[in-house]
Formats: sequence, structure tokens, C-alpha cells
Amino acid sequence: MVSSANTRSPLTFVVHLTVLFLVVMWTIPTAGLFISSIRDKDQLSVSGWWTALSASEQRLVTRIEIPKDQTMENGVYVIRGNVFTQAGDSSVQQFGYSSLKPQAFEAGTKAQMKRGKTLIVQANGDYVITSPKAFKGRGQRVFYTAEVPPRFTLDNYREVLTSEGLGKSFINSLTVTIPATIIPILMAAFAAYALAWMKFPGRALMVAAVVGLLVVPLQMSLIPLLRSYNVIGEFLGTGSKTYVGIWLAHTAFGLPLAIYLLRNYIAGLPREIIESARVDGASEFDIFRKIILPLSFPALASFSIFQFLWVWNDLLIAMVFLGNNEEQLVLTGRLRELLGSRGGNWEILTASAFITIIVPLCVFIGLQRFLVRGLLSGSVK
Amino acid sequence: MGQLISALFVMSIGVLGCAVYFYGSNLLLDFCFPTKNRPHLVIARNLRITNTIRPWLFIGPALLALGFYLIFPVFDSLRLSFLDRTGENFIGFDNYRWLFSSAEFFESFKNNMLWLIVVPTAATFLGLVIATMTDRIWWGNIAKSLIFMPMAISFIGASVIWKFIYDFRSGDDAQIGLLNAIVVFFGGEPQAWITMPFWNNFFLMAILIWIQTGFAMVILSAALRGISEETIEAAVLDGANGVQIFFRIMVPQIWGTIAVVWTTITILVLKVFDIVLAMTNGQWNTQVLANQMFDWMFRGGGDSGRGAVIAIIIMVLVIPIMVWNIRRANAEMEGR
Repeated sequence: MVSSANTRSPLTFVVHLTVLFLVVMWTIPTAGLFISSIRDKDQLSVSGWWTALSASEQRLVTRIEIPKDQTMENGVYVIRGNVFTQAGDSSVQQFGYSSLKPQAFEAGTKAQMKRGKTLIVQANGDYVITSPKAFKGRGQRVFYTAEVPPRFTLDNYREVLTSEGLGKSFINSLTVTIPATIIPILMAAFAAYALAWMKFPGRALMVAAVVGLLVVPLQMSLIPLLRSYNVIGEFLGTGSKTYVGIWLAHTAFGLPLAIYLLRNYIAGLPREIIESARVDGASEFDIFRKIILPLSFPALASFSIFQFLWVWNDLLIAMVFLGNNEEQLVLTGRLRELLGSRGGNWEILTASAFITIIVPLCVFIGLQRFLVRGLLSGSVK
Repeated sequence: MGQLISALFVMSIGVLGCAVYFYGSNLLLDFCFPTKNRPHLVIARNLRITNTIRPWLFIGPALLALGFYLIFPVFDSLRLSFLDRTGENFIGFDNYRWLFSSAEFFESFKNNMLWLIVVPTAATFLGLVIATMTDRIWWGNIAKSLIFMPMAISFIGASVIWKFIYDFRSGDDAQIGLLNAIVVFFGGEPQAWITMPFWNNFFLMAILIWIQTGFAMVILSAALRGISEETIEAAVLDGANGVQIFFRIMVPQIWGTIAVVWTTITILVLKVFDIVLAMTNGQWNTQVLANQMFDWMFRGGGDSGRGAVIAIIIMVLVIPIMVWNIRRANAEMEGR
């Protein structure tokens, strides 16, 4: 078709390049996030993620510990040690003993300090500090500029999963998402069958209403529902923020699309199958259970992926209908909170964001086929 | 571990409860009005009764949910918009008067219009261009998958991703945000992008365009494949060039699909909230209606009247699309 007509056109090269450029534009943001999330946090904060594979220059500082028994060599007190706490192939470029001139001396040269003290820091981090009198008080601070090799780590993930509470939120997200995906499928499948194949008054009106409801903005529902939830929560003594409450909210907000998609699909099933089952004396419930449900599997799968992604990624409904506490904060809510409280800590934010998006990404990559099919059959929401 | 088990327990209760209703209610109906092994007259009567009741068993839960969560709130929001902040005392049109005289509203309205013009246009256009181009190259499907991928990312996750790109370091520190690094590389001055009035709106819109282009591309790509080959071959024979074929032959044939994509993204844009909340929370002149509405829901203990008024404005903006959708669906059903 179109492609065959143009394959040999000189424009093809330009097309390849343009598409390549667009693909890079579209993937680089996520790639940057992922690479940053596995970088050492000290490196992450001083250099861009695109330099992750090259050594980075860092300005660091350490304080020399004064040992209890000070040794004397050639009439002066000496302390030896290494500025690097982590073994590795980092190397010192310059060093200094004052915060005003942190790069005053090249590695390996001798720095003459006050009161006859001297300091030498070698490129490999070994230092020697000498003093004519015994060291006392707080130890000398050493400022140094080091060339640190690229370092990749999972520490960021360990930290956000435990101390930042993302592990907990992950489970909360699952608790919200799974029922909020299954319940609307059940409800919508029954409703869609009724709207497609059963006769009852008001059917056409209901179909039109479902199409209309597809686009009703959630914002319309928030305030009235919040008020109703407060009243109901008080009446039942459970409070207004419960998992059941958010399941039902997500269910209802997903229903129009679910009914619309499934009705279109079920209405397209061949009439003969259903008629002949009816003639054989099968009840409508049996027809639904044994014939319609298995046949509608593709549509059910499409919708469940939509609903899963939508509920997992939702922030608005979770913020309104769930609490802001440890027991109920979902991943998106947690990420938003971290964005406020840890705004500058990119190692925390990138790792948290990646944990938030990894599940939908896997679902998306694994089940893209169904997703595309669903999109094509009901691109209205 | 304990939480996981209790979560699983709560989940199964919820799902089971739903399944039990459908199974149980239908069995109950069949038990009360049996249609087998009875005299013919009884069977005929029972069949009539079950056929009348069963549709409502099927559709009942959905109707209740839609009624309570979507239909009732539309009217309740309307009612609340005439009441004060507590939702108890009638204050006439005061909320509307407040809205139309508040500078904040005009700022969000203006920004929303900007979003409505830029995002659907850019996403649809890019989607169409990418769909056309990827159809011509052998690795087109891989390219499409990659461009489609941001669809799976939450708005808040995307906001973190892009906030990192827009990151700004003052002074001589190395820029770790990609955009500023590029600017510096070409000798420019690094900028704090998201605090830059007016233009910051576009940096926020870029996020939504990034997410939605894949959606437009997938739908339009399918539509392009549906174009009949004869029309294109005829155009080629008549000596039309690539650009002419695209604009004169292909685009008119998929006009309906373009409209669907456009309106779908438009609706999404009207509801956009997470991105603004996460990036600026409406500061630096980036406020939009949905975020302002959310703000009023909770500001100072919440003002249900003002929140409801803003919600109604969003609803009014959606109504034309709603009517168009219903008409289209009706036309489709008659054609079936």
C-alpha cells in the first residue's frame, strides 16, 4: 500500500532520521529518570545523568580523627590515614585545609599550615599530617577535589522502599487497584449484556445516557460525593475515607467506558448464537455466563487494562477519598508528598517515580495488543 | 507481610461480595419462578415475570452506581453553587458574581484556553505525522511502541520526569537538568523554566503532549491503514506528490477519526489537574480550572459553593462535545 509506493523515494532517509529523532525525544525523559535512579546519590547531585559513565569530579570534605595514642616520628606528631571512606579507584586532584581555598594544593605536594603543621594528601587518598605539638581539640578538616569513577547502586531503591514508605504505599496501591478493576468489569458486563440483548423499557435512553456520561468531568462529582461520604461515614461510624469507598468511586467512574466498550462488543456478537441458546431453554443468566463472557474476553481484557492503568495512575480520587496517612497513602499520593518534602533530593524522587511507573509500564508492554484494540473500539473517554 | 494478608482479605471480600450478588440474585429469581418441570401455563407466566425482572437485576448495580456517583452529583453541584461555603445557606448568584470578578478565575480560564488550543493540536498533529512516517519504515512498529509508552505513565510520574529535565542550578554549578545542560552547551544562560511567567505554561503542556501523542498516533495509524489503496494509486497516477497525497487524499478520508482524537484529548485537557498540582500548584501564573477547583475544595476548610461553581464551568465547556458524542453514537447505532 502506501509504504510500497514510497520505499525507494529519496525522502525515505529523511523519514528514518526524523522518526529516530522523535523516538529519542520520547524515550530520553524516562531513560534519564531510570539512569539517575541507580546512580550514587553524591554523583547524581553534581553531574548530569548523561555523564553517568564517565568519572565525575566531586568536591568533598573529611575531618581527620585524632587517635588516643599519638605517635611521634622524627620529633613530630604524625597521623596517617585515607580520605576515602569507600574503597575504590577514586583519585584526589587537589586538596586544601581551609574552606576558603579548597583547591590550594595539588595532590602529592606538601601544605604548610599554621603552627608548623604540615599536610600531604596523595592522589590515592593517603594523607599524612604532622605537628610539632600533640594534636588536640577537633581534628583538622581536609577539603579535596576527587575524581570519582562512575558508581551504580540500588541504595536509592532500598532507601525509598523502607524509610520513605514506598513499600507500604505499593501495597496500598494494589489494595485499591485490584478490586477497583474487577468490580466494574463484573457490573459492566452484566449491564452491557442487558443493554445489548434484553428487552426492557428505557433501554435506548440508557445507552444514550452512558455515552453522555463518558465525558462528564470528575470534578462535578467530587464535592457532592465528599459531602455524602462524610454523612455516610458518620452514620456507619467508619469515617469517610475507606477502601470500600474508593473502590466504589473508581467503579462508578470507570463504568461508562466499560459499559460502552462491552456493549459495542457484545452487541456485535452473532444473533444466532444467542437465539439458539434461548430456544434450547437456557436462561439468560446461563447464556451470559456460558456464552457471552467467554466470547467477550478480548473486550474484557482491553477494559481491564484501561481501568488498571487509570486507577493505578490516579491521584485526584485517591487524594479526595483516601486518607493522607501511612495506612492509606497510595503510590501517586506518596510521590506527590515526596515532591513537596524532598524536592531537591533527586535520588529519592527518581527512584520513587520509577517504582510508581514500573507496574503500569510492565502491564503496558506485556499487554499492548489488547490495549490498542480497546483504544480503537472506544476512543471517547 | 501482615498488611499484604489483610489487603488480600479485604480485596477478596469486595470482589466476592460483588460476585455473590449476581450469582445469588439470579439463582433466587430462578428459584422463586421456576421455568422447568411445571405445567405449561405456570412456565409461561414465570417466563414472563423473570424476563421482566432479570434485566433490572443485570443492570441494577450499574444504574445505582452511575446514579449516585455521576448523575446525582451533577444536580447536587448545581444546587451547591447557589449555597454558601458550608452548603447550608442560600446566597443566590453570589458565587457566580465572585467567580466572574476574580482575577484568579480569569487567569485559570485563560490558561485553560491556552491548554485547549495547544495540547490537542500539537498531540494530534504530531500523532498524525508520526503515524504517517512510521508506516513507511521497517522498524515503524518498534518506534510506535516507544512513542506510545508514556501513555502508561501517571501524570504525577511524568511530572517528576519532566521536573528533572527542567531542573535549574544557579551559579556555576553543573546543570543536572537536561534542558539547561543543552542551553549551556550551546552557550546560553540557564533558566528556571517553570517559574518563567507565560512560557512556563508551555513547559507544563509539553508533559501532556508527551503523554498523549502516542494515543493520537495509535488511533490515526489504524485509520490511515483503512484508507482504500485505489484512491492513493489514482492520485499517484494523476501525478500528485507525497505532500499533496497526504493533505488532499489521506487527511480528508480520516477527518472523522481526527475529530474523535481531538475531542478526546480536549476532554482530558479540561480535566488536567495532576500536572499543574505537581509542577507549580498554580504559582507563577500557571493556574488551571481543575486545580483551582481542587484548591477551593480544601482551602480554609473548603468552600463547596465556589468549588461547585468552578466545576460547573468545566462541565459547561464539556457539554458541546457531549452532545456531539451522543449524536454520533446514535447515528452509528441506526447504521447498524
